[in-house]
Amino acid sequence: MNDTLLKTIFGRLTLESLPLHEPIVVATFAMVAIGGAGLVAALTYFKVWGYLWNQWFTSVDHKKIGIMYIILAIVMLLRGFSDAIMMRAQQAMAFNGSEGYLTAHHYDQVFTAHGVIMIFFVAMPLVTGLMNYVVPLQIGARDVSFPFLNNFSFWMTAAGAVIVMMSLFIGEFARTGWLAMPPLSGLAYSPDVGVDYYIWALQIAGIGTLLSGVNLVATIVKMRAPGMTMMKMPIFTWTSLCTNILIVAAFPVLTAVLAMLSLDRYIGTAFFTNDSGGNPMMYVNLIWIWGHPEVYILVLPAFGIFSEVTSTFSGKRLFGYSSMVYATLVITILAYLVWLHHFFTMGSGASVNSFFGITTMIISIPTGAKIFNWLFTMYKGRIRFELPMMWTIAFMVTFTIGGMTGVLLAVPPADFVLHNSLFLVAHFHNVIIGGTLFGMFAGINYWFPKAFGFKLNETWGKISFWCWVVGFYFAFMPLYVLGLMGVTRRMRYFDDPNLQIWFVIAAFGAALIAAGIGAFLMQIFVSIRNREKLADLTGDPWNGRTLEWATSSPPPDYNFAFTPIVHDLDAWYDMKERKAVRPVSGFKSIHMPSGTGTGVVLAGLSVAFGFAMIWYIWWLAGLTLVGIFATTIFHTFNYKRDFHIPVEDVIASEDARTRQLATQGA
Amino acid sequence: MSAIPMKDGLNETRQGSTGPVSFYDLDEHEHPDGGSTMLGFWMYLMSDCLIFAVLFAAYAVLGNSYAGGPSPKEIFELPLVAVNTAMLLFSSITYGFAMLSMEEGRQRVMQMWLVFTGLFGLAFLSIEMYEFATLIHEGAGPTRSAFLSSFFTLVGTHGLHVTMGLIWLVTLMVQVQKHGLIAANKRRLMCLSMFWHFLDVIWIGVFTFVYLMGTLR
Repeated sequence: MNDTLLKTIFGRLTLESLPLHEPIVVATFAMVAIGGAGLVAALTYFKVWGYLWNQWFTSVDHKKIGIMYIILAIVMLLRGFSDAIMMRAQQAMAFNGSEGYLTAHHYDQVFTAHGVIMIFFVAMPLVTGLMNYVVPLQIGARDVSFPFLNNFSFWMTAAGAVIVMMSLFIGEFARTGWLAMPPLSGLAYSPDVGVDYYIWALQIAGIGTLLSGVNLVATIVKMRAPGMTMMKMPIFTWTSLCTNILIVAAFPVLTAVLAMLSLDRYIGTAFFTNDSGGNPMMYVNLIWIWGHPEVYILVLPAFGIFSEVTSTFSGKRLFGYSSMVYATLVITILAYLVWLHHFFTMGSGASVNSFFGITTMIISIPTGAKIFNWLFTMYKGRIRFELPMMWTIAFMVTFTIGGMTGVLLAVPPADFVLHNSLFLVAHFHNVIIGGTLFGMFAGINYWFPKAFGFKLNETWGKISFWCWVVGFYFAFMPLYVLGLMGVTRRMRYFDDPNLQIWFVIAAFGAALIAAGIGAFLMQIFVSIRNREKLADLTGDPWNGRTLEWATSSPPPDYNFAFTPIVHDLDAWYDMKERKAVRPVSGFKSIHMPSGTGTGVVLAGLSVAFGFAMIWYIWWLAGLTLVGIFATTIFHTFNYKRDFHIPVEDVIASEDARTRQLATQGA
Repeated sequence: MSAIPMKDGLNETRQGSTGPVSFYDLDEHEHPDGGSTMLGFWMYLMSDCLIFAVLFAAYAVLGNSYAGGPSPKEIFELPLVAVNTAMLLFSSITYGFAMLSMEEGRQRVMQMWLVFTGLFGLAFLSIEMYEFATLIHEGAGPTRSAFLSSFFTLVGTHGLHVTMGLIWLVTLMVQVQKHGLIAANKRRLMCLSMFWHFLDVIWIGVFTFVYLMGTLR
């Protein structure tokens, strides 16, 4: 076959695109291939494909979608963490003339992939998954406002993750850092497919994120149980509302700026180029106008989880509920007024830098108010040191340190010194791990019994906790020191042998964190094995205060047979105090949305479309684009999107619940 | 929720709605579908508006970067753009008439107005494509300078939206023909109406800030 024909069919995809010369990648591929084949074989052998397709993949149930998000996040955490430990190992080794074991070409991909995966495909799905699972239950709703969109959003996020994973084995990933700043990410300096993988993974996942943001805002605004006024909403619902408003008001900026970068790369426009009048700093501004709100998108839900956990495990109403709400709102607004602190060194002048320095420092006020609220909630409470509470306390200590280094970085002159250093790397890991990740672990330990009907094993949970927390300090405190000594980030090799000891300590910390992740997986495994012993039949294992604990664990498809009526902020606690009796008769059939495979199909087509665009396979891109439109239009011709759960089924599951509660003496 | 008595009978045990304090809605009615659709669609529109805001901002930053290429004054043909603007504004008016007919339940009249809307939209797109083709032919394509990159992207993104609107319009007309003016279709027509007028508002911004102020410069 001649070259033109091959190019027409395969675009720029050739056999050389497969990284067969990289032994690390080949070994990883072999492992993934064997593991994947084994998984597929096992699923086929146990005949669970039909079950997975009908009960999970096509489900529009917010609970199942939430769980799928979290599974996606845990899988991607393993990938993102592999990148982390590779970097730590490389930096600990590459001294005294040793080049380490990663080439520059590979190392640059590793740090880019690590950032992209951890933010977009670990932290975001964890946050979205928990919000999806918990928010409708907390507000006494049966599902979200747009159940099909919810399923579609999940699959688009998963599609983005698939595209990132493909880059590991077909071609390569970006070597630009996680924000792909031009002109480095322009065609002149990154002519290969790496940046294109980056662009299409984020664009496709971004559609899912945006739509799930719209969905959850509409759900919280429109679908609250009767009596639940805005100021009676659980605090996690409040932080979710603010988070999703931030998503809706920030992600379009990312979409637009990445679209402009793609135009620069694909058709040769001059938005961010050095010549033809382009302006690379515009990219930096725009991406951080999305990027800074993104930081709060990740941390606000965690603040909500800590509030719920502190109040529940202190056995007290949350201290300063309304100040907590206002603090959240202030953070939401200020999130848009600080973006420039990411590049004080741009040269915008003293006045502009002072403005953004001051707004940045102001954010620490509402955040500090929150810390005090949690402390006052604990004050004179009967604190139970269960796992969620332990994560919360670890957060309060760790996040305060991270917050203080943040305020330090907000001082422009200090930032001129610390900009782009390992001090910065230590700071943002300090707040993202200490804030978001600890929050997600608190949330997973807290709500796991709700989702599955049994608690998580405590021993392995504690091992995981201590490994993570101690590991974090070992891994990142040395980076603060190195940053203050002037070591810049993203370095593959070091000349000064005096620095090595700090990197070795950091690598030891990373190993501890690896043990923490292992213990976490072990915790889930052991808990599933001992689920009989860990079972919770009450639906309320922690003596909870909000409505998600008012129903069974796991909740029935319809969540609540009768919609609860809310009289108090801690609605479920109020119901228990006033001895509200659960109705045991008079059930009706329940109107529910029906599942659909359209989301899976659209996401699959999107992966193919993204792949075609990345490799310049124009015929496939056109074909899949037409397919996406056709599927969408076809879907709109389906007017029957709901069904009724027959009253007999409702009676059966509610009677089972009545008997279950009776055995508990409730 | 003033109908619900608050905080009385603290220590009494009651079931369901038999007492003054009820904790469960025992007599719940089915919520009609689509109660959140308008709110959700508004939010989508606002997020879309942000995409345009970014493109306007990019145009504001790069609008003077001619890189030795043509300036707005040299390439914009205001009469052509005026006709184009009129097409889009007319399409909004006809869509408004379509919605009035929908409210009156006159399906055929409504469909007729939708046809007019579609034709005006098509005319708008054709003129825009003619303008683009002329510019590219003259060597003032999107790769010529940052000014032209941001111009083509802003106006082109709007045009892409109009194209989507047209596909949506045709789909909806088929669906109305098939199922009549049922609640679901009315809701969809309402969403498209918001989308269509939204594009009109964006175009007013484009016309003012790009074309009019460009020729003044």
